[in-house]
Amino acid sequence: MMSTLLDVQNLWVRFPTRNGVFDAVRGVSFTLGRERLGIVGESGSGKSMTGRAILRLIRPPGIVEADQISLEGQDLMKLSEKDMRAVRGQRISMVMQDPKFSLNPVMTIGDQIIEAYRLHNSASKADAYNKSLEMLEAVSIRDAERVMRAYPHEMSGGMGQRIMIAMMLIPNPEILIADEPTSALDVSVQRQVLDIMDKLVKERGMGLIFISHDLNLVADFCDRVLIMYSGRIVEVCDADKLHEAKHPYTRGLLNSLPRLDAPRDRLEVLERDPEWSEAPSVSGSE
Amino acid sequence: MAETQTMREWLLAETPTSRRHAKISALYQGWLSFRSNTMAMIGLGILVLLVFIAAAAPLLSPHDPFVQDLGNRLAPLGTDGHIFGTDSLGRDILSRLIYGARITLYIVALVALIAPIAGLLVGTVSGYVGGWTDTVLMRITDIFLAFPRLVLALAFVAALGAGIENAVLAISLTAWPPYARIARAETLTIRSSDFISAIKLQGAGPLRIITKHIWPLCISSLIVRVTLDMAGIILAAAGLGFLGLGAQPPSPEWGAMISEGRRFILDYWWVATMPGLAIFTVSLAFNLLGDGLRDVLDPKAGE
Amino acid sequence: MSMLDVNGLNVWFGKNRDRVDAVKGATFDVGQGESFGLVGESGSGKSTILRAITGLAPNWSGAMTLDGKPIGKKRPKEFFKTVQMVFQDPYASLHPRHSVDQVLGETLHLHGFKDIDTRVVKLLDDVGLGQKFRFRYPHQLSGGQRQRVAIARALAPEPELLLLDEPTSALDVSVQAEILNLLADLRNDRGLTYLMVSHDLSVVGHMCDRLAVMKDGEIVEILDVAALRAMNATHTYSKQLLEASL
Repeated sequence: MMSTLLDVQNLWVRFPTRNGVFDAVRGVSFTLGRERLGIVGESGSGKSMTGRAILRLIRPPGIVEADQISLEGQDLMKLSEKDMRAVRGQRISMVMQDPKFSLNPVMTIGDQIIEAYRLHNSASKADAYNKSLEMLEAVSIRDAERVMRAYPHEMSGGMGQRIMIAMMLIPNPEILIADEPTSALDVSVQRQVLDIMDKLVKERGMGLIFISHDLNLVADFCDRVLIMYSGRIVEVCDADKLHEAKHPYTRGLLNSLPRLDAPRDRLEVLERDPEWSEAPSVSGSE
Repeated sequence: MAETQTMREWLLAETPTSRRHAKISALYQGWLSFRSNTMAMIGLGILVLLVFIAAAAPLLSPHDPFVQDLGNRLAPLGTDGHIFGTDSLGRDILSRLIYGARITLYIVALVALIAPIAGLLVGTVSGYVGGWTDTVLMRITDIFLAFPRLVLALAFVAALGAGIENAVLAISLTAWPPYARIARAETLTIRSSDFISAIKLQGAGPLRIITKHIWPLCISSLIVRVTLDMAGIILAAAGLGFLGLGAQPPSPEWGAMISEGRRFILDYWWVATMPGLAIFTVSLAFNLLGDGLRDVLDPKAGE
Repeated sequence: MSMLDVNGLNVWFGKNRDRVDAVKGATFDVGQGESFGLVGESGSGKSTILRAITGLAPNWSGAMTLDGKPIGKKRPKEFFKTVQMVFQDPYASLHPRHSVDQVLGETLHLHGFKDIDTRVVKLLDDVGLGQKFRFRYPHQLSGGQRQRVAIARALAPEPELLLLDEPTSALDVSVQAEILNLLADLRNDRGLTYLMVSHDLSVVGHMCDRLAVMKDGEIVEILDVAALRAMNATHTYSKQLLEASL
C-alpha cells in the first residue's frame, strides 16, 4: 500500500453568478500517493479548478468547500491564508501551461531562480548561484551559465517550461501540480519535458498531479487517471488500461480522436448523455 | 408561448429571434451589470437629476436668476425665500445654480461631442494606415499635448473673444490629443487581430474596416475616458469662467459665480461655496459613472 | 489539373538586419479537389505560407498560380471569391461586437450577393448551427460553434479553395471530431479543395490526401497519406515527427 500524501474529500468549487450559483467542481474525492496521477477532461470539466482549489488559489467570488484537503494529515482547509502561503511553493508546487506568464520579464532567469532559492533557504549568494546552476542542469539545460544571464523572452517555450519546473523544484516540494505543462509545446519538446518531470518525480519520491486534456499523453505518462466531466469524476482507472475504459464518455473521447494507424472515413462524434453529469462522483481514493 | 413569457425572459433570451431583439437584449445585459455597481448608479442618478433640473429650470427655480435686489444682497443661507442666500447683487443663488446647470450641460455636451470624435478620427486613421500618415498625425498630436492646457485655451479665447462657445472650442482643442492616443493604441492591437484579417479576406477596404470594425471597439474605451474627463472639463470651463474668459455676466455659469463670490469669501463664504459644491457634486457624479461604465464597456476588464 | 501551384516561394518579415526569412523556396502544388496538408512545428513557416497566398503577408517572392492564373501582388476582388481562409483561434477570428447575422450578412454584402437573408439561413444550416444561433454574439457561443460560424463565413462567397489554419487546435477533442467531420462533408458536397495547416499528424492523416513536412521554413518532404500511415518517411525529421505523434 502506498503512503497517502494528499487526501481530498468532497471538494466543491462554486461561483455565484447572476443566474444562481455555478458549480465548477462538484463533490470530487481522491487521494494521491507517491505516484503520477492524471486528471483528464475537456475544457469546462473542472480539472484545472480542482488543481487550483487544492492550493486554495480560486479567486473570489469563487468559493472552495471540502470535507477535507489533507496534506499528510494536515487539513489545508483549516489553515489561515498566511500558513497557506507557506504550503504553496514549499510543500506543493504548481507548473502552469504557459511559462511566459509565470516568469518576470524584466529579471534575468538567474536572478529569479536565485531569489526563489534564497526565499526558501538561508544561503549565501554564491551558494544560491551554484545551487541554481545545479537545478538548471537537473532539468537538462545545457549551457546553464548562459541561461542564467538570459531574460525570459530569449527562451523558447520548451526551455521556459523547463526553467519553471526547475524553479518549482527548488524548495523540494512533496507534491507537484502540473496544469497542461506541455500543451503549448511542440511534440518533440513535449517528450523531453515529460521525461524530465518523470525523472524528478521518481528520484525525489514526489506526488504528481498531471492535469491535461490529452488522453494519449496521460495514458502514456501517468500511473492512475481520473476522468472528469462537468465537475465530477466519472471514471477512475489505471493509466495503462485507459484504452479499455468502460464509461461511455471516456470511450467517446477516445473514439473521437483521429488515428494514423486506424483510418476511418468519419470520426465518431460524442453523444452527451445528461445522465453523466447527474451520476454521483466516483471516488478516486486508493 | 409568447404570452406566458415575461419581459425579463424575453430580454435575457439565449436565442434572440430578430436583429432588434438581439440588440435590445445585449443592451439589457449591459444595463444589468451596470446596475449592480451601486456607486455608478449614484453617479447616474445625480446626472439624471441634473438633466431634469436643467430641463425644468423655469419651474423649479424660486426666483428669476437675473433679477437684482440690492436691498437684500449677500443674504445668508436659510434666509426667507433664499435657501442658499443671495449674491453681491441680491440675486437668488439657488435659482442661479439651477439655471447654471443648463450652461454646464451645454458645455459638457459640446466638448463631449467634439473632442472624442476628433480624437477617434485622428487616432484610428493614424493607427490603421501607419507609415508616414501615422508619423505626421502623431507629431501634430504631440504638439497639442505639449501645450499647457489652460494657457492654450486662454490664448485661443483671447484671440477669438470671450464667450461660452469659444471656451468650449478652446477646451475641445486641448482635450482631443489624449483621445487620439488611446484610439491609436487600441487600433494597433485590433489591426493585427484575426477578425480584421478575416474581413480583409472578404475584400473590405480600409474605410469600412475602420468605421465598422475598429470604431465599435474603440468607442467604449473612449466613452469611459470621456466620462472620467468630464470632471476636468467642467473644472476647466469653470476655470475659464473664473478668469472671466468663459461665460460672461450676468450668465449664471458656476465658475463665473465662484469668481464673483471670491471677493467676499471671508465674510460671505456661501456665495462662492454653493456653486463650488455644485461643481464638486457633478464632477464626482461623472467620475463615478465613468468607473461603472468602464466595468461594463471595457472588453479587457470583463469576461 | 492544378488548383494552386506554389513555386519557389520565399516569405520574409522585417528588413535589413531584422529580416527574418519565414519561408524559403517552398514548392508544392494542390490539385483540383485535393486536400493537401502542411505539417510542422511552431515557427516552421506553415501558417506563413497561407498568409502569403491570401496577401496577409505582403513580403514574398516566387511564383504562385491559382487555377492557372498567376497571383499578383495585389489581389482583385474575384480572388477572394475563389480562395477563403479559416483561422486557428475561433475566439480571435470573430469580431466581439458583431452578431453571427452581422458577420455573415456583411460578408455576403461585400461579395455583392442580393438575397442575403436566405443565404444566411442556408449557410447556418450548412454548417449545422441552425437558425437559433443567427442573432447571437460570439460570447454566447462555444468554441466549436464559433468555428462553425467562421467556416460559414469562409463558405459565404462560394470559394473553391479553402485554406485551413489549424482549424481545430484550439478545440476539445470531441469538438474537433465534429468540426473535422463537417469539413469532410462540406468538401464532399461542394467539391472543395483544401490546403490545411496543422501540427497534428493524425489530424492531417485523417483529412488530407498528400502532405508536405516543413522545418525551419523549408519543405523537407512531400509524401502521400498511404506512405505516412505505413511510416514510410524518408527524411530524418519527418521520421522524428511521426514517432513523436504515435
